[in-house]
Amino acid sequence: MRITGLTLSLDTIPAPVPIARAVVDREGWRTAAQAIAAGGGRLVALWGADRSRSDGGELAICAAYAVTEGLVWLDLSVDADEPRYPDIAELHPCAGRMQRAAFDLVGLRADGAADTRPWLNHGTWPADRFPLRAGEFEAGAFAGRQVEDYPFVRVEGDGVHEIPVGPVHAGIIEPGHFRFSIVGEKVLRLEQRLGYKHKGIERRFTQLAPLDAHRLAGRVSGDSTVAYAWAYCMALESIARVEVPPRAAALRALMLERERVANHLGDLGALGNDAALAFGLAQFSRLREDWLRTSAQAFGHRMMMDCVAPGGVTVDPDPARVEQMRVQCDAIEREVLALRAVYDEHAGLEDRFMTTGRVTAQLARRLGLTGLAGRASGQTSDLRCDHPFAPYGELGVRRSTQEGGDVAARVAVRFDETIESLRLIRALCAGLSAVPDARVRCDVPVRAGYGAGWVEGWRGEIFVALELDGDSIRRCHCHEPSWQNWPVLEHAVIGNIVPDFPLINKSFNLSYSGQDL
Amino acid sequence: MWKIIRQIARTGIRTEPAPQEGDAVRVAAEHIQRELLDVLGQALAIRQVDAGSCNGCELEIHALNNPYYNIEGLGIRFVASPRHADMLLVTGPVSKNMEVALKRTYDATPDPKLVVAVGDCGCDGGIFGESYASCGSVSNVIPVDVNVPGCPPAPIEILYGILAAVRRTRDAAHAPDAQAPKSGSDGK
Repeated sequence: MRITGLTLSLDTIPAPVPIARAVVDREGWRTAAQAIAAGGGRLVALWGADRSRSDGGELAICAAYAVTEGLVWLDLSVDADEPRYPDIAELHPCAGRMQRAAFDLVGLRADGAADTRPWLNHGTWPADRFPLRAGEFEAGAFAGRQVEDYPFVRVEGDGVHEIPVGPVHAGIIEPGHFRFSIVGEKVLRLEQRLGYKHKGIERRFTQLAPLDAHRLAGRVSGDSTVAYAWAYCMALESIARVEVPPRAAALRALMLERERVANHLGDLGALGNDAALAFGLAQFSRLREDWLRTSAQAFGHRMMMDCVAPGGVTVDPDPARVEQMRVQCDAIEREVLALRAVYDEHAGLEDRFMTTGRVTAQLARRLGLTGLAGRASGQTSDLRCDHPFAPYGELGVRRSTQEGGDVAARVAVRFDETIESLRLIRALCAGLSAVPDARVRCDVPVRAGYGAGWVEGWRGEIFVALELDGDSIRRCHCHEPSWQNWPVLEHAVIGNIVPDFPLINKSFNLSYSGQDL
Repeated sequence: MWKIIRQIARTGIRTEPAPQEGDAVRVAAEHIQRELLDVLGQALAIRQVDAGSCNGCELEIHALNNPYYNIEGLGIRFVASPRHADMLLVTGPVSKNMEVALKRTYDATPDPKLVVAVGDCGCDGGIFGESYASCGSVSNVIPVDVNVPGCPPAPIEILYGILAAVRRTRDAAHAPDAQAPKSGSDGK
């Protein structure tokens, strides 16, 4: 793995996907950001760490970039007396909010950053105290502190007014605040304020045993529990240098694809409903319920929580259940195709979906739009195809991409991916009986080191960076693709009418919990 | 249009009196509507508040609206404002950043009101516990009538929790000193 114009001494992290880590200086940090931006690479994640608990450790800022050959984790040590590092948000705009979060949690400031408003700290802890610093907040919380006002950007002019929405939304939705500046019906600007669900996940990780913490990873964002648990376990297994048994890898992929289908079915129904086709919600929510009940029968949990565990999986469904899952794919596919014909021909849906909430391929590339929403705007990356880790290599995943970038394109990608995932599930179920090795779990020795996991969840790539300090977790950072996609949603709604916002928002269906941590 | 009609006809009615459970549950489900009318004299309006969950509980609360559970057919509906609500259905843990919003939502709900905490995190903080950023259980922030444990609880268990809260008001109303007890530490 190499970055053009840069010499790095890379340590390979032995994960099933190509990941390498390198320590850089301030100059290297900046040059790498430039070289990667120029070479078409993407910023995947940015986070801070305090290693002073370990001998000779210090503060560090880390960035993970996706380049053609794989993922590069860059690590820059930061002076504790002057905790600053070069800003990269100019080159990679999605870094902006991650840099603000790194300040709130670890107290590292990006030099020259345009926006230094707090992001996750709403005033509930003092601005000069940092929860991820070693020894901080041992005595508990700061009592009696209130959330503070946030300096939203004001739009001024004739007839401009604001609509504040949230944090408690008018539906069964996660909390967050949206500030619309509008003229008449038209949205001039949307500004999001997130962080309402910040519940201290990253600090909690340091209090859990490495072999138990997959349960916490599986609750970073409940709709992606399999993807997060897998990414965490991949990171832990990469430190231990163990490879899970083939049957465990196949079962993990089977669950990941089931999770993808479950979420797509839910979204396709909700999108129909948001465009006033209640029929769509009734039909797809029925299919989703059928799907979840089969998951419960096969794996003992409707969402398959805690089924992916260090070293493999905790459940090995018996052959009758595997056959049930395989057969169900035929039934669901028939229904989804029938419903797709309805969606495609429905004039009302066409009117609401087409050209609504459009993100051009150029804007998507510039802002780093990723995952499902990225693929609907001409961005082709899909980890299962780019770096097919076991068992995806044999399956030959077909990418689903669209160029339109509107709600219709995001609906189309969901339909295509659902059909493709059903094919993968059939293949995985058929292949399970042919795996000679019956083991579904192996031992994972815990030892100090750096590990990483990278998995294509239903919404996009989930990345986990893990640092173990002997038998305890020093730092675990879980990255949610919504970090990249939330700011793009602000652009997607510009010029649209306010009543289309729920539809556009649903078509992205981003996670609040996953980005609030 | 004919495709939609054909699909509806082909699908038929999928609503179950009580999914996957025994006859006792079936009977219980049939009584839900009557009990709601007896106790409240009206349908039950619920305002759901996510105060910091992982979103898993919300997915199962959503499932209550699917044709199998058909919660609206039982006289229960989710409303968009706490001012229209008889009950708050709250998931947790309550993050510090949501503490004020949850209290304000509670204050905006007209009396008499019921609060049901959904999920292990809502009941006792769950895996997230209490920390610099988390208040833990819902009952640490507002009074709770019924806790529904589970991670996440299945839709039918959430439905039972809702019903248990409604029954408690009825039982309290029939008790000699008619005051619904409110405490945070009750079991289910």
